[in-house]
Amino acid sequence: MGHESAFSIPAGRKIAQTLIAYVEDQPGTLNRIVSLFRRRGFNIESLTVGRTEREGVSRITVVVRADDDTAHRLEANLYKLVNVLSVEDVTHTPSVTREMAFVKVRAAPDRRAELLQLVQTFRARVVDLGPESVIVETTGTQEKLDGLIEILRPFGIIELVRTGAVAMLRGPGNGAQVEASESDDGVAA
Amino acid sequence: MSSQPAAVQHPPSPQADTAQKTGAQIVWEVLVREGVEVVFGYPGGAIMPAYDAMPAYPIQHVLVRHEQGAAHMADGYARASGKVGVAIATSGPGATNLVTGIATAMMDSSPIVCITGQVPSSALGSDAFQETDITGITLPITKHNYLVTRAEDVAPALHEAFFIARSGRPGPVLVDITKDAQQGLARLDARLPSRPAKYRPVPRPTSEAIARAALLIDAAERPLIFAGQGVIASGASALVREFAEKTGVPVTSTLLGLGGFPASHPLSLGMMGMHGEAWVNASIQESDLLIALGMRFDDRVTGKLATYAVHAKKIHAEIDPSEINKNVRVDVALPGDVRRTLEALVPAVQPRTRKAWLERIGALRGEAGRRDVQSMPSGGKLLAPHVLHDLWRLTEGKALVVTDVGQHQMWEAQYYKHDRPRSLITSGGLGTMGFALPAAMGARFARPNDEIWVVAGDGGFQMTACELTTCAQEGIKLNIAIINNGYLGMVRQWQEFFYNRRYVATPLRSPDFVMLAQAHGLTGLRVTRREEIPDAVARARAEPGSVVVEFRVEQEDSVYPMVPANTDLRDMIRRPAFAEEDD
Repeated sequence: MGHESAFSIPAGRKIAQTLIAYVEDQPGTLNRIVSLFRRRGFNIESLTVGRTEREGVSRITVVVRADDDTAHRLEANLYKLVNVLSVEDVTHTPSVTREMAFVKVRAAPDRRAELLQLVQTFRARVVDLGPESVIVETTGTQEKLDGLIEILRPFGIIELVRTGAVAMLRGPGNGAQVEASESDDGVAA
Repeated sequence: MSSQPAAVQHPPSPQADTAQKTGAQIVWEVLVREGVEVVFGYPGGAIMPAYDAMPAYPIQHVLVRHEQGAAHMADGYARASGKVGVAIATSGPGATNLVTGIATAMMDSSPIVCITGQVPSSALGSDAFQETDITGITLPITKHNYLVTRAEDVAPALHEAFFIARSGRPGPVLVDITKDAQQGLARLDARLPSRPAKYRPVPRPTSEAIARAALLIDAAERPLIFAGQGVIASGASALVREFAEKTGVPVTSTLLGLGGFPASHPLSLGMMGMHGEAWVNASIQESDLLIALGMRFDDRVTGKLATYAVHAKKIHAEIDPSEINKNVRVDVALPGDVRRTLEALVPAVQPRTRKAWLERIGALRGEAGRRDVQSMPSGGKLLAPHVLHDLWRLTEGKALVVTDVGQHQMWEAQYYKHDRPRSLITSGGLGTMGFALPAAMGARFARPNDEIWVVAGDGGFQMTACELTTCAQEGIKLNIAIINNGYLGMVRQWQEFFYNRRYVATPLRSPDFVMLAQAHGLTGLRVTRREEIPDAVARARAEPGSVVVEFRVEQEDSVYPMVPANTDLRDMIRRPAFAEEDD
């Protein structure tokens, strides 16, 4: 989703970095965030946006393939956007990350039983059953979805859609309250 | 600008809060409350309601000849004063003409607010006459921008715009106001709105990081202080001096940092980077600790990153955390306002001297000095470096100099020695030709009593020369030095060095600058020999109106030393001896 970063510091090990950003739900906010990724050459793997428990606040979960330095810089760049309320890098924090997929698979009658058994093994569900095909719905980590898709591929995948990841910190904390201080002139860095 | 973005304390005007006002009136009410004295602009259909309301308010308007000039004037005003500069334009082409000026301000962290008119909200998105998506266009070149479609949103958006522009790392903010929002009615709250809820722009270094930085500084044998524009923006000049004197560490400046540390101070080394002093670049490569204050390790500063200061640990004090570990990996990060950071750091370091290191730099400096053009005979030629040196001497280094972009800019940086902050205004990051004249005009409103010299090349001057008329109309007094070498000089220099002297599209014909000045009712002078410089400078200073002084300089001179782009800082192209050149 982007060109290779132009930054010159030798790259560390690239991993999937997951950041959660709370943003003001205003026209153009998503545009500002996507424009930032594009301009700075951050490589987006997935991006999901949705409402939160708070009125007027949206939550963005973004997964980028990057080293830790790049993730820190991305976080710092996100904080420069006025509509961004808080950012939490949950990559190295205990958290739950899931994405969802629909997979439409060819299901000829002779292979249908085998297919349904595999779906069950993966704790996925069939949400549409047609004469020639089924739609499988699954939720899980990226690795689980990758695994299921590979298993289904030999049957013949007609159509596939994935949502991108959403993430939440484990425990009682709330990502939106990461910045608790209300001091008017500084945030501890 | 600094860590304490001034809360606006102006009392509300008497009429406020009593009745409904138009959005157009609210624009000016807010500007008065924000302390704005002057705006630079150009009217047009979509901004006419605002212009119509303007005469009732104590704000001077300067009618520019092109909106790019308005943005540069606001920028020049901001850099000369430290306050927010304001430009105003109509929708469509008026707004797009601001773009170069906005990008210039963004790259150099200059606080400006640009107000643009927009087509009525009912016509938004319909490709109406003079409609353009200026908030979309300026999204990557503003700190933030607003599209205002209702009169009641004008005041909160504009107040936020001023706060955002001057707080943290300053920068441009654009407020696009639809025509119906200017015409609509709203109550103006006498109470000033609060700042954006969660926007807290100034981080602070941890005390642990300060302690680690102090340990590195105490232990270093060959340290250097880098003074960037952040020193000037945060008002840290006196603290940098205290810091340098206590630790015995010499100071080098970025282009935009010049003046932040006095050039005449014994610990001042001069400018670093592509056209920096040879001894500075050599010292950087020998250094064991770089203490970077309010700068961003631009590629013109570092050269090739893989070979940059490889023996040095790095401490980076910078208000924008996204600049830290961007180009150069640092050992200690000190995110925060430079002045506040130094307030914590200076008491934490040990006093000491560094005799051996200063002697080593002195030796490098002596060698380079012998190769300096000031030590060489000019063979009767008028050399631009001599012009800048003489200008510095004749103005006793006390002028505010506003430069354009190119060779003359680098010669100015090398030979006009700046002792005070905000005494040099130049387009660094974006390198915008045409910047100098309008920026100096804006600076004039911030510094009514200071001597101001524009230094521009023949190419850049012609990009915004239309503003000479504005100068004449507004009675703005500037001394304008045009360094005319008949070429787009810096491009010609690159063609000489890197393109086998193929001078493609760089020879440049100019109008008669003396007559051009006269055509505007201004004074024009021409200098062709070095002996004529003192008289021309004296006449320019004596004239009450603006004076254009054209210096017809040696055509194919180059800026030395030069570190070619993306090479090791030690690989400098040095000035050949003049004896050879004269042959």
